[in-house]
Amino acid sequence: MLNVGKIEEGFVLDHIKAGKSMDIYEHLGLDKMDCTVAIIKNARSKVMGKKDILKVECDINTLDLDVLAFIDHNITINVIKNGEIVEKRVLALPKEVRNVIKCHNPRCITSIEQGLPHIFFLADEENEVYRCKYCEEKYTER
Amino acid sequence: MRHLMSPLDFTTEELDKLFDLANDIEKSPEKYAHKCDGKILATCFYEPSTRTRLSFESAMTRLGGRVIGFSDANSSSAAKGESVSDTIRVISCYADICAMRHPKEGAPMVAASKSLIPVINAGDGGHQHPTQTLTDLLTIRSLHGKLNGFTIGLCGDLKFGRTVHSLINALVRYDNIKFVFVSPTELRVPDYVTDMLREKGIPYEEVIKLEDVIGDLDILYMTRVQKERFFNEEDYIRLKDFYILTPEKLSLASENMLILHPLPRVNEISVELDDDPRAAYFKQARYGVYVRMALILTLLGLS
Ligand SMILES: [Zn+2]
Repeated sequence: MLNVGKIEEGFVLDHIKAGKSMDIYEHLGLDKMDCTVAIIKNARSKVMGKKDILKVECDINTLDLDVLAFIDHNITINVIKNGEIVEKRVLALPKEVRNVIKCHNPRCITSIEQGLPHIFFLADEENEVYRCKYCEEKYTER
Repeated sequence: MRHLMSPLDFTTEELDKLFDLANDIEKSPEKYAHKCDGKILATCFYEPSTRTRLSFESAMTRLGGRVIGFSDANSSSAAKGESVSDTIRVISCYADICAMRHPKEGAPMVAASKSLIPVINAGDGGHQHPTQTLTDLLTIRSLHGKLNGFTIGLCGDLKFGRTVHSLINALVRYDNIKFVFVSPTELRVPDYVTDMLREKGIPYEEVIKLEDVIGDLDILYMTRVQKERFFNEEDYIRLKDFYILTPEKLSLASENMLILHPLPRVNEISVELDDDPRAAYFKQARYGVYVRMALILTLLGLS
């Protein structure tokens, strides 16, 4: 694996779907933090062919991991302390996501009402289906 | 505080209680004539639906309460750009309970989240119309005598018909019900409905022509087939008569079959059938008032 500076304290997000690292960077709000972040795109992977990796030097507890799980729950998290992996975390699909995605249904109240939180609930875990809390429309990526 | 957003908000036990109350209101209306003295229902209708609004107004009036409200968005503060959240906060100061109709899906839920009074969803776009479904269930329970062990035929536009989807979702909670879907291929019931029925092991059948199955039905639920739903004029002309209930077709049906329709009807049930004892659609409209009366009492904690 490519070595972009070893981190002492922080975490590594591995097995990110190739090309998705910038989305995750934004959704986790890493652009607003002043810690060191290394983004590795299109790294070679035996399992995935290509993958992205994010290395972040900050306390993992400051981040909303539900968002991460929603975007891609196959991402693995390695927590690093003193330069060593001390913990591996697996992600579970969150029951609810707030203000991460927006409803695409033009008939949905969220399309006109100001200041509403955009809330989706996990309707079908097996098929990873999320539905808008208001209109129950299935979320489809665009 | 309790609201009504979807027919599934109530358990089947709670629905039984609600329907018992509705049947008692039907039997002895005088007992309930002053139950809502001094109470106010706000009917907030952001799109016109005269029938639903009048049904709510009749229900509250028969309980001794009063009604305020608006009947389309142009005559309301929504025309000035007021949000649903703000409107309901203000309405909460004016009324004790609110029935809201809105073209945007989920609007009544937004209202309920900000409201100080119970909110009833009186129809939100193509999403839910729970008081119609409660009306249908009460009608079946009252006239068929029970909410289980029957074959129900749903006829007409089964693709876009919100009423039909909502009724199916409510009925699958009861035992031994068989569904027969009668529609043109273009307007067949969506896959997610048949998938759900298969998953739950509930029997169903899909057919094109009503006369092929009408003899097997205990209940026939008719809906309107709109011309604009068809891809072309030819198909419409070829198929439209399949979904019109005539005396000839009804002659193939059982003596006890109930004919339901959410109304308004256009031409899908011949007027000659209106006096047939099986025609239950006008009784259904009456049950719509009873069930709304029972609902208002229940949500206000006056039952
Ligand atoms: Zn929505």
